[in-house]
Amino acid sequence: MAEQFVGRLSEFVDGSRQIVKVGKAEIGVFRHEGEFFAYSNYCLHQGGPACEGLIIAKVEEHLREDKTSMGLYFSEKDLNFVCPWHGYEYDMKTGECISDRKLKLKRYEVVQKGDDIYVVA
Amino acid sequence: MDLIADRGRRVTVEELNTSKLLAHAAEQARERKYEDMLIVDCDAHHYENENFGEILPYMENDVLRQLTMSGRAKGRHSIVPGQVGYQDMGGRVTRYPLRMTEKTEPGKLRDVQLGERWMDAMGVDYSCLFPTGMLNVGLHPQKEMEVELCWAYNRWLTERVLPENHGRFYTQLALPLSDPDASLRQVETFGGCKGVTGFMVTTVRTLPVHDNALMKVYRAIEERGLSLAFHSGPNWGEPVFRGCNRFISVHALGFSFYNILHCTNWVINGMGERFPKLPVIWIESGLAWVPFLMQRLDHEYMMRPSEAPLLKKKPSDYMRDMFYSTQPMEIQDMEALECTFRMINAETQLMYASDYPHWDFDLPSTIYDLPFLSEKAKHNILGGTAARIFKLPPRNEKQKANLIKYGNYTAG
Repeated sequence: MAEQFVGRLSEFVDGSRQIVKVGKAEIGVFRHEGEFFAYSNYCLHQGGPACEGLIIAKVEEHLREDKTSMGLYFSEKDLNFVCPWHGYEYDMKTGECISDRKLKLKRYEVVQKGDDIYVVA
Repeated sequence: MDLIADRGRRVTVEELNTSKLLAHAAEQARERKYEDMLIVDCDAHHYENENFGEILPYMENDVLRQLTMSGRAKGRHSIVPGQVGYQDMGGRVTRYPLRMTEKTEPGKLRDVQLGERWMDAMGVDYSCLFPTGMLNVGLHPQKEMEVELCWAYNRWLTERVLPENHGRFYTQLALPLSDPDASLRQVETFGGCKGVTGFMVTTVRTLPVHDNALMKVYRAIEERGLSLAFHSGPNWGEPVFRGCNRFISVHALGFSFYNILHCTNWVINGMGERFPKLPVIWIESGLAWVPFLMQRLDHEYMMRPSEAPLLKKKPSDYMRDMFYSTQPMEIQDMEALECTFRMINAETQLMYASDYPHWDFDLPSTIYDLPFLSEKAKHNILGGTAARIFKLPPRNEKQKANLIKYGNYTAG
């Protein structure tokens, strides 16, 4: 297992991301709500750069009690990142593909040492 | 520029670079040694509307040409019927909003440069180039405008685009099918042009493809040893789809709907008997519809042969004589896909297509990595069958050896 320097904590703005290479692995490292999340940058669909696309709230459809639709809303809590090739969406906090949560991107450990952030691969 | 998502997140991208965007595709091409096998993409696209300034002057009729060019100058861009659509998924498929930021070199057509970038990244040797917006030309309310637009596009493509890319693009030219006489003239005029391997019916239309007036067009294509493609598309304006409230519904159904409609008429009216030497290709409808239609038509034909008296075998047998492009290949149920490949004789009748740069494109690995295909089937589907039909030569000695090995070498 190798540690790869990702960036300095003080410079890693919440909401931003870095793409790093560790050997043959390509990893997307996100900072979201103060936490770090690191996933394989290879989409489980056709191998696109899964971590390099849009970061966008999950879309929800809200129903009333009588089952009528209230329409579409952006989630207040769930954020996804989207593969730019075809639009596969992944849950920021789990790496699960939101269309089929059995599919998960490989997750990597992120280590903080002082002001330095490393990913372990 | 910034791609703006919800909740203040912004993705800052300086510019789109197709080679960089497709870097993982290039990795796949290297790992799988695609350079050793001829790969033909039988359905790729460009955005011809970005070139209307060059295309429209080729229109023949002075009044119609002035009408369209004047309209452009004033910012009215509805030259070809448009549709409501969300192909970019709200910016999630980033190459749509970023498209105009991509830099190309001066002195060479932008569409050619962009095409060569994605072909090189994917490991594709040849691409059949089709338009995008012009796929709706069959919805144009003016028959004469459909004729003029097809004529102008076909002249521009054969005179400006195809000669610039050293034969790596080929095409099947759009027919103004609403006017059989004009269609015939375009076959006679462009059928012999370099890079023209056939003609294309834009299927977003409901006219009967078996109409007697069109027989001379198909005969002219067959006599020239060319092919006929049916390229599908979605249409939210089609009455049957007005009840759909989401683009996914219209898109999922629409592409298959139009090809199911036209394929049914083609088969039931015995076109396979009338034009047995005409290669017919059904493009961009996926594959799942084919076993469905085979079963539906066979089932009814057994009871009602009097309504299809030209047929000498079952409808599915005629469908197995025709060709299909792979994309967008429904791959969620591998056993169903394997059954589909068996039912259409994929080894000889299926041809790889990317549909790039559209949102649901497929890489060659979607075929190469299938666990149930023989080596011969992989070579045939990825390019061998297309090389045989479209008479495309190999680009290196290993490709030549593989074409010979699997019986697809015809362009020597």
